[in-house]
Amino acid sequence: MSADAIIVGSGPGGSTAAEVLAAAGWSVVLFEKGRNHLIDLDDPTRLLGDFSNDEIKFIDRHFLGPDPFLEPRTFRTGPEDGDRIFAGSVNSIPSTVGGGGTHADGKVPRFLEEDFRMLSTYGPQDGAAVADWPLDYAELEPFYAGAERGIGVSGEAGANPFAAWRSGPYPMPPGPPMYGSTLSAAASELLGLHPYPAPGATNSVFYDGRPPCNNCGFCAFFGCPIHAKGDPVAMLQRALLTGNVELIPETFVSRILTRGDRATGVEYVGPDGVARSMDARHVIVAGGAVETPRLLLLSGFDHPLIGRNLMVHFQTIVVGGFADIDFHGERGRAVTHMHDDALIPDDASRRAAKEAGLPWIRGGMVEHGGPGLPIMEAKHYNWGPGHKRKMRESPYRRHLWGFTMQGEDLPVPTNRVDLDPKVRDVRGFPVARITYRPHRHELVASDHHGPRLAAILETMGAKWTSIVTSPGSRLGPGGRTEGLAPMSRHVMGSVRMGTEPETSVTDAHGRVHGLENVVIADSSVFVTASGYGPTLTLAALAARSASAMVS
Amino acid sequence: MAIWLTTDEYRKLAAVVDLMIPADETPGAAEAGTVDYIDGLLGAFEVDPPRIWAGGPFSGRTGGPAGFAEFLPLSALDELAWRTRIEGSLGIAEREFNGPVVGLHQRYREGLDSLGVDFVQSDVQEQARRLKGNEMFASLVYEHVCEGMYGPPEYGGNRNGIGWSLIGTVGDVQPRGWTDDEVSLP
Ligand SMILES: Cc1cc2nc3c(=O)[nH]c(=O)nc-3n(C[C@H](O)[C@H](O)[C@H](O)COP(=O)(O)OP(=O)(O)OC[C@H]3O[C@@H](n4cnc5c(N)ncnc54)[C@H](O)[C@@H]3O)c2cc1C
Ligand code: SF4
Repeated sequence: MSADAIIVGSGPGGSTAAEVLAAAGWSVVLFEKGRNHLIDLDDPTRLLGDFSNDEIKFIDRHFLGPDPFLEPRTFRTGPEDGDRIFAGSVNSIPSTVGGGGTHADGKVPRFLEEDFRMLSTYGPQDGAAVADWPLDYAELEPFYAGAERGIGVSGEAGANPFAAWRSGPYPMPPGPPMYGSTLSAAASELLGLHPYPAPGATNSVFYDGRPPCNNCGFCAFFGCPIHAKGDPVAMLQRALLTGNVELIPETFVSRILTRGDRATGVEYVGPDGVARSMDARHVIVAGGAVETPRLLLLSGFDHPLIGRNLMVHFQTIVVGGFADIDFHGERGRAVTHMHDDALIPDDASRRAAKEAGLPWIRGGMVEHGGPGLPIMEAKHYNWGPGHKRKMRESPYRRHLWGFTMQGEDLPVPTNRVDLDPKVRDVRGFPVARITYRPHRHELVASDHHGPRLAAILETMGAKWTSIVTSPGSRLGPGGRTEGLAPMSRHVMGSVRMGTEPETSVTDAHGRVHGLENVVIADSSVFVTASGYGPTLTLAALAARSASAMVS
Repeated sequence: MAIWLTTDEYRKLAAVVDLMIPADETPGAAEAGTVDYIDGLLGAFEVDPPRIWAGGPFSGRTGGPAGFAEFLPLSALDELAWRTRIEGSLGIAEREFNGPVVGLHQRYREGLDSLGVDFVQSDVQEQARRLKGNEMFASLVYEHVCEGMYGPPEYGGNRNGIGWSLIGTVGDVQPRGWTDDEVSLP
């Protein structure tokens, strides 16, 4: 069998590329190593009913994969740690039909114009490979608009004064704000900040044949039982309905086959454990920014930058306790407001940078939210006679509100994905090893912005506040968490794009230099991380790259 | 009737879980079914499909069909992962691709054993002392007790919604969801 294109990975990147190619009449085979709990492959008009409001299944029992026993990853902060300090779940994003889109709670803002020219706008940083992207916002804007329409994004144009220009409104108005968000947004405004309704990949009205979100609250980490999340359900459904796409789940692509300067197809292992191969004119890799470099390395690709400059948003988590406010954080889409002020340098952040000896610092988007899951809450408390009182009073689930800042992470060449020398996945292939340590920029930006976020909670009347970060630090200044592996699932940059083969792995359309029928269609190609969730940008880039292939 | 635990182990575990979430004016963890939750996990492969993942999309508690009650079938790889996690690798090559794995069966059997034959008859202070002496086992059980107390009842715990009533939550809410006012107002 032969296809016009083989796509590896059915997440937001792969699904977007599949839709574009299939619409142009290309025959596409979409390989996905995870299971299919999303869509009836015989009748793609029908979405499956496996998703549910079930904390045990989604949080405790790895329903959407990857199962850390079958497909572990390993982690170390640097070579001085030895081969690894941890094996298990590291920055795992679901491995399932739909990838991480199925269980993200889907805040999908666009990047700012300056995010595409960080070197020109802000200048270099020691020890980091800050660079401009090989494309600018204006080139991407039509694809942003297309991705918002395709996914179905709800939001309010003009509500965020810092946002880049847009060619049109959001496809849908925002859904209802969570009660806690109305309070934290008001307090933020009092302090001169600019909160706005988070652009969401969730329907606020009937859209594209799927119902509006009914605010069930089991959103981040859960699949949507009523399929009100559009990312990437919508793209996948349309791709399959063309009849040009064959989606093959539970099948791991283990190698890209090449002859001379072209890929000829892939080798894959299906559920029966047998290795087979398939020919294709083009191979698109959209396995996510950890699995994509892994596959390139498994395939013997030898560009020295493959896997390097891995970026993972530096999270600053600031919470406050409010004995007398019940936030009922279990109702709503997990995050309904955010503010971007920390991404815009001001006098105070310039001063903080100068005092730290850095040329500049930037934070990231700040998500307003509170926890709502009872098992997670219970595991925070100790067992014993006090347990029930704690659960009834619920300082964590009912009376806590706070912020997660997804801080911009600089590209550092030693932060990388490579193949673990010893640990294998269940199919016998070396797993991805992540070597990561934050640049001082992230620590200084976090130290600067954390107390400012705490001040908002104090304005709201918090009785106490606490600031932790992920990743934490070995030395543990302040309240940094102990975990050294970053928790953020926003992974980027490990196969960066650029104009020169010496300083980048792909060109501006994701084509691997020297192997131009291999295209990368996920956040691996990001040059810098911004402080925004990567998904809309990676979907827009995937659409742009796929459009270039068919034109 | 226990599925995997022996009668003695079942009784001992009931005493353990009641130390963790004791009965007072409301039922404790044992009455809430957390031992059955744990026993259901340890004996997940005694039934077909195995009791690992409840079905969807709705439980029937706020409308729609009672889909949670139909457990989902596992793929061969899912089964490999969950059998290894529960039973341990037992020297079976396909379970040991990264080395041997100690399963929940062994951890529960040895953990309960370490508490002594007279654990159930001992007073609460003595029970707590012994349990704290085996911290690894206590934290394993506590993880499962939290799941069995506050997770969906289809897994055998949270009997009659005891855990959810204790904390004033309704658990799963689809397909009803929450109205805009319930989301945005105090
Ligand atoms: C809880 C949570 C919340 C999140 N919230 C947000 C948010 O609010 N905003 C945002 O922008 N982002 C968010 N994210 C991140 C978002 O999920 C990712 O950015 C997005 O899913 C990346 O899309 P992708 O297509 O690049 O890769 P993925 O979604 O990771 O999909 C890749 C797919 O490829 C498959 N695959 C990989 N390698 C192979 C192979 N060799 N063979 C076959 N198949 C393979 C994988 O199984 C996977 O299904 C969140 C993530 C999580 C976990
Ligand atoms: S909150 Fe809305 S989008 Fe999220 S899972 Fe529930 S219904 Fe779906």
